[in-house]
Amino acid sequence: MILVKGLAAHDAECIETIYRDNFATIKGFIIKNNGYTDDALDVFQEAMIVLFEKAKSGSFTLSCQLQTYLYSICRRLWLKKLQKQKLYNPSIEIIEEIVPVDDEIEYHEKKTNDFLFMENALKKIGEPCKSLLEAFYLEKKSMPEIAVSFGYTNSDNAKTQKYKCLVRLKKIFFAQIKNRD
Amino acid sequence: MEDNLLFDAIERYRNGQMDENEKLFFEELKKNNPEIDQVAAEHSFILAELESMSEQKRLMHTLNEVENKLMNEGFISSNQGKGKAKIIYLWTRYRRTIAVAAAIAGVVSLSTASVISKYSESKKVAVITPLVDHKLHQFENKLNQIEHKLNDANSVPPAKPKFEANFRATGFLVDGKGYLITNAHVVDNARNLIVENKKGDQFAAEIVYSNSVTDLAILKITDTSFNKVTNLPYTFTKTGAELAEPIFTLGYPREEVVYGEGYLSAQSGYYGDTTSYQISISANPGNSGGPVIDQYGEVIGIISSKETNADGVVFAIKSKNIYSALKEIKKDKDITIKTPTVNTLKGLDRVKQIKKLEDFIYKVKGN
Repeated sequence: MILVKGLAAHDAECIETIYRDNFATIKGFIIKNNGYTDDALDVFQEAMIVLFEKAKSGSFTLSCQLQTYLYSICRRLWLKKLQKQKLYNPSIEIIEEIVPVDDEIEYHEKKTNDFLFMENALKKIGEPCKSLLEAFYLEKKSMPEIAVSFGYTNSDNAKTQKYKCLVRLKKIFFAQIKNRD
Repeated sequence: MEDNLLFDAIERYRNGQMDENEKLFFEELKKNNPEIDQVAAEHSFILAELESMSEQKRLMHTLNEVENKLMNEGFISSNQGKGKAKIIYLWTRYRRTIAVAAAIAGVVSLSTASVISKYSESKKVAVITPLVDHKLHQFENKLNQIEHKLNDANSVPPAKPKFEANFRATGFLVDGKGYLITNAHVVDNARNLIVENKKGDQFAAEIVYSNSVTDLAILKITDTSFNKVTNLPYTFTKTGAELAEPIFTLGYPREEVVYGEGYLSAQSGYYGDTTSYQISISANPGNSGGPVIDQYGEVIGIISSKETNADGVVFAIKSKNIYSALKEIKKDKDITIKTPTVNTLKGLDRVKQIKKLEDFIYKVKGN
C-alpha cells in the first residue's frame, strides 16, 4: 500500500520498486503469449497508469497482493490487445490467481478515450491556442511567463486570449462527446 | 466579458483561492442560477480533464525514466519472443540495446580524447579548426556565372546587385525579433553580412555582440523585409547536459540544410575548456554556429570547432554562455533579447521536430 501511495505521488523510488518486484512476472506472461519485451513494457506502463488512476480516486484499498492485482490488469490489457489483432488464443492458461478488474479497465478505457478527445480538440483549436492552453494547464506556467513567451503586452491580454481559447476548446470537446453519444 | 469573469471565478473556486465570503456567495449564485451552474459544471469538467491529462503526462515521464534506468542496469533486457519472425525480434532487440551501445561509445571516445589532447599539449600547436566554409567563393562564383548566363538568356535583369560571399556558416534565431546566434570567429572579419533562411530569403544583418573568448556572436537582422516571428519551438537549457545524451544539429555545410546526429562525449571542450562540450557528430566547414539540440528540443550548445587530428571530435559552446552574453548586451547596449520559454518540440518524433525548427536555422554569409 505504501508503494501505491508512492505511485500516486509520482515517487520514482516506489515506482522503481514496483517494477523490480513485478515486471519479470508480467514479461514472462506476455512472452508466453505471443508478445515481446516491448509489449510487456507497454502493457506494464498502462497497468501502472490504471493503478495510478485507482490510487488517485482515494477510496482505493488493495484486497489482494499488489502482484496479483497488477497481473490481473496486465492480463486483461494484453488479452484485449491480442483480441484486437485477432491473435487471441482461447486456450490461454488461467492457472494463476486473478482478481476481477473489469471496473478499473472500463474506467481506464473511458479515461483514455476522453484524453483522445481532448488531444483532438486541442489539435483542432490550432496555434497559438494549443500551445497557450498547454503552457498554462499542462506545463503549469504562470500568466506573466506566458505573456512574455507568446508576445502579449501584459498578462491580462494573455488571460483574455486564454479565455477565448478555452471557450473554443470546450465547444469542440463537447461536440465530440455529443457525436459519440 | 461576463463569462470571462465567471471562468475566472470557477477556476479560483476550484483551486481554493477564494475566501469564505466569496465562496459562500459563489455557491449561492450557482444554486440560484441553473445556467451558471451548468457553465460551472462544464468548465470544471474541462479543467479536471486537463489536470488529469497533465498528471498522466508527468507520470509517464517518470515511468519512462525508471524504465530507462532499469534498462541501463540490465534489469530489463530483451528475451526472444515466441514463434515470430526472427528479423523483427532482432530489430526489437537491437533497438533496446542501442542506448547501452551509445553509452559505451561515449566512454571510448572520452578516453581517446584525453590522449589526443595530451598529445597536442606536448606539441603546443593549435589543432582545432573553426568550421567556417571558406572555399565558398569558388563554387559560388561559378554558380553566379551560370545564373547570370541563365538570366541573360531569359533577358531578365538581375533585381539586386549580386552579393558575393566568401564564407558560409550557420546561425539560428534566439529571439523572433530577428536576433541570431552564431560564432564570433564566423563574423569577426566580415565587412558585410547576410543571413538566408531555408526558403532562400536573404536579409542583411549586423553584429550586435561578438566575444572572441567565448566565441559567441549575436547578429540582428536589419532588413525591413524581415517579419518578426513568434513561437520559436526550442528553448535554451540553463542546466547542463549529460554524458552520452543523444543530440542532433542542423546546419549549412552545403547550400542545402543538413541534419546530423550524435551524442555528448565529454563535459569539457578542447584543453579541458569547461565552457564547452565535446560531442561526437559529423561536422564540416559551414556547420559552425549551428545549434546542438537534445532529444527534448532544448538547445544545449552551439557548434564551434573540431579537432583537426581526430575524427568526430567536435566542440560546442555550452548554452549557459548565451545567457551571460545576453546579460552583457542588456548592460552595454540596453537591448533586451528574450530567449523562447515554450518548448513545442518535446515528445515529437525527430522528423516532426526538424520540420518545426528548420525554418529558424539560417545560413550566415559574408565577405
